[in-house]
Amino acid sequence: MSKETMSTIKASPASFASSRRWLLWSGIAALCAWVLVPIYLVALGALGGRQGVYIWPKTGLPTGISLEPFILFLTTEGVVQSFLNSLGAAGITVALSILLGAPAGYALARYDFRGKDSYRLLVLLTRAFPLAILALPLTVSFIRLGLYDTIIGVGLIHTVLALPFAALVTQGIFLGVPKELEEAAWVFGCTRVQAFFKVVAPLALPGIVATAVFAFVISWNEVFAASVLTVRNRTLTAYLLTVLSESPMHYRFAGGLMLILPSVVFIFAVRRYLFAIWGISSK
Amino acid sequence: MTQNRPWIPYLLILPSVAFLALLFVVPLVQTIWLALSDNGAPSLANAERMVTDINFTRSVRNTFLLTIVVVPVQIAIALAMGTMVSKVGRGRETILWIWTIPLGISDLAAGLVWLSILQNTGYFNSLLFSLGVIGRQASWLSYQTPIALFIAIAVAEIWRGTAIVMVIIVAGLNQVPKEFKEAAEIFGAGPWTRFWRITLPLIRPALQSALILRTVLAFEVFAVVYALGGRNFPVLVGEAYNWQNQNQNYSVAAVYAVLIMIISLAATLIYLKALKVDPERLP
Repeated sequence: MSKETMSTIKASPASFASSRRWLLWSGIAALCAWVLVPIYLVALGALGGRQGVYIWPKTGLPTGISLEPFILFLTTEGVVQSFLNSLGAAGITVALSILLGAPAGYALARYDFRGKDSYRLLVLLTRAFPLAILALPLTVSFIRLGLYDTIIGVGLIHTVLALPFAALVTQGIFLGVPKELEEAAWVFGCTRVQAFFKVVAPLALPGIVATAVFAFVISWNEVFAASVLTVRNRTLTAYLLTVLSESPMHYRFAGGLMLILPSVVFIFAVRRYLFAIWGISSK
Repeated sequence: MTQNRPWIPYLLILPSVAFLALLFVVPLVQTIWLALSDNGAPSLANAERMVTDINFTRSVRNTFLLTIVVVPVQIAIALAMGTMVSKVGRGRETILWIWTIPLGISDLAAGLVWLSILQNTGYFNSLLFSLGVIGRQASWLSYQTPIALFIAIAVAEIWRGTAIVMVIIVAGLNQVPKEFKEAAEIFGAGPWTRFWRITLPLIRPALQSALILRTVLAFEVFAVVYALGGRNFPVLVGEAYNWQNQNQNYSVAAVYAVLIMIISLAATLIYLKALKVDPERLP
C-alpha cells in the first residue's frame, strides 16, 4: 500500500508534464489538420464530378471519386494551353530573376562600393509597393511594343516581383560561401571568372536552385498582372479567373486542385531552405 | 580585391538596376501620371470619378476591415506555431513542412478551396446539418449575408497567408540565442514573462518584416474575394481590375492603384517607426 502512495506522489508532477505534452501535440495536430483538411476536401470536390457537388449531406469520406472528372476538366478547351502558358511565364521569370538577381547578390556579398546602400534601398522599396498593380499602365506600353497578351510580357512583370527577392536571397547565399576558398582559387591561378564558376557556383548551387523554385512559385500563383496583361494567351490563374463565373462548381474545384498540386511539390522540394532563405531576406 | 577594378560591382548590379528602372520606376511614374491627368493636362477628374463611384466607400471599408482582422490573427497563429514547434525535437521538419504548404498556394486557389467547403451543398453546411444546427442548406456567400461572406474571406486569407508569417517568425526565433532563455529561467522568469520580455523584443526585426509584407499583401487582396463572393464584396484591387477590364477606363483604375500604393507605403512607414529596430539589441 505504501508503494502505491509513493507512486501516486511521484506520478503527479509527471502527469502534469505529460498533460502539457498532450496539449502541445493536440495543438500541433489541430494546426496540421487546419492546413491539410481543406486541401483534402477540395481534392474530393475535384474528383467527385458533377454528381459529387450535389450530394447532400456530405460525409467527407472519399466515396464516389475517380480521376475521370479531373481528366475531363483537363481536356476542356483552353486548360492545357493555359497550363503551358503558366509554365512558360514561370520559366521566363526564373531565368530572368536568377540571371539579373544573382550577379547583384554576388556584388552585394563580396564588394563594398558607393551606392550599395542606395541599391539595397531600391530593392527593399519594391517591397512596400503592391507590384502587380504596376501591370495597369504597362498595358498601354506593352500593346505598343507588341508584348501585350504574350507570355514574355507576363514573365517580365513577374520578374519585377521575383527579382528583388532573388537579389537579397542570393546575397545571403554568396555570403555563406567562404571568401577564403575563392581567394585560394586565385592563388592557384584561376581567373576571377574561373574561380567563380569552379569554386563558388557549385557551393552556391543548391541555394540558387531554391531561389529559382521560389521565383517559379511567385509567377505560378500570380493572378492580377497575368489577368490584366493577357486576353487569349492566358496563364492558368488568369484563365480560371475569367471563366470562374460561368464554370460549374466541380470545374472550379478541379482548377483549384490543379493550381495547388505543383506548388505543394515545390515547397516540399525546397523545405530545407525555406527558413534559411527567409532568415536572410527578412533582415 | 576591390581597388584594381572598382567598376566590377557596378557591372554586376547594372542589369538589375536597368530592369527595375524600366519595369518598376517607369510604370510607377506612368501610373501616377495616368491617375492625375486628363487628356494630357493635370486634373483630379479621375479621382473624383473614383470617389463618387457607388462601390468606392464599400471597397475602402472592406479592404481595411479585412486587413485589420486578418493580419493580427495571422501574427498570433504564427507566434503560436513558432512557440509550439520550438518545443518539438523529432518530427519538427515534417510539422514545419505541413505548415508551410499554403505558402505555395495562390489566393485564387485558396478561394476555390474554401468555396468547396462553404458553398450551399458544401462540407460546412453538411457538418452543421448533421449536428442539428441547421435544418436546411444555409447560404454564406451571397450579398444577403455580408457578415458571413466577410468571415469566409477572412478565414480563407488566414488559412493561406499565415504560412509566410510563420516562416519569417520561425527564422527569427532560430536566431535567438538559447542562453537568453536559460538566463531568464535561472532568474525565475515564467514562460509568459519570457515570451513577452525576452522572445518578443528579440524577434522584433522578424516581426517587423512579417508585418510589412503581410499588410502590403492584405491591401492587395483580390482573387480570394472574387472566387468566394464574385462581385458581392468589393475590395480596392478588385475595383481597379473592374475599371480596367470591364469599363476599359485605365485612368480610374490607375487612381485606385495610386491609392493602394499610398496606403501600402503609409503602413510600411508606420511599422518602421513604431517597431524601430535598434541594431545594438539584435542577437
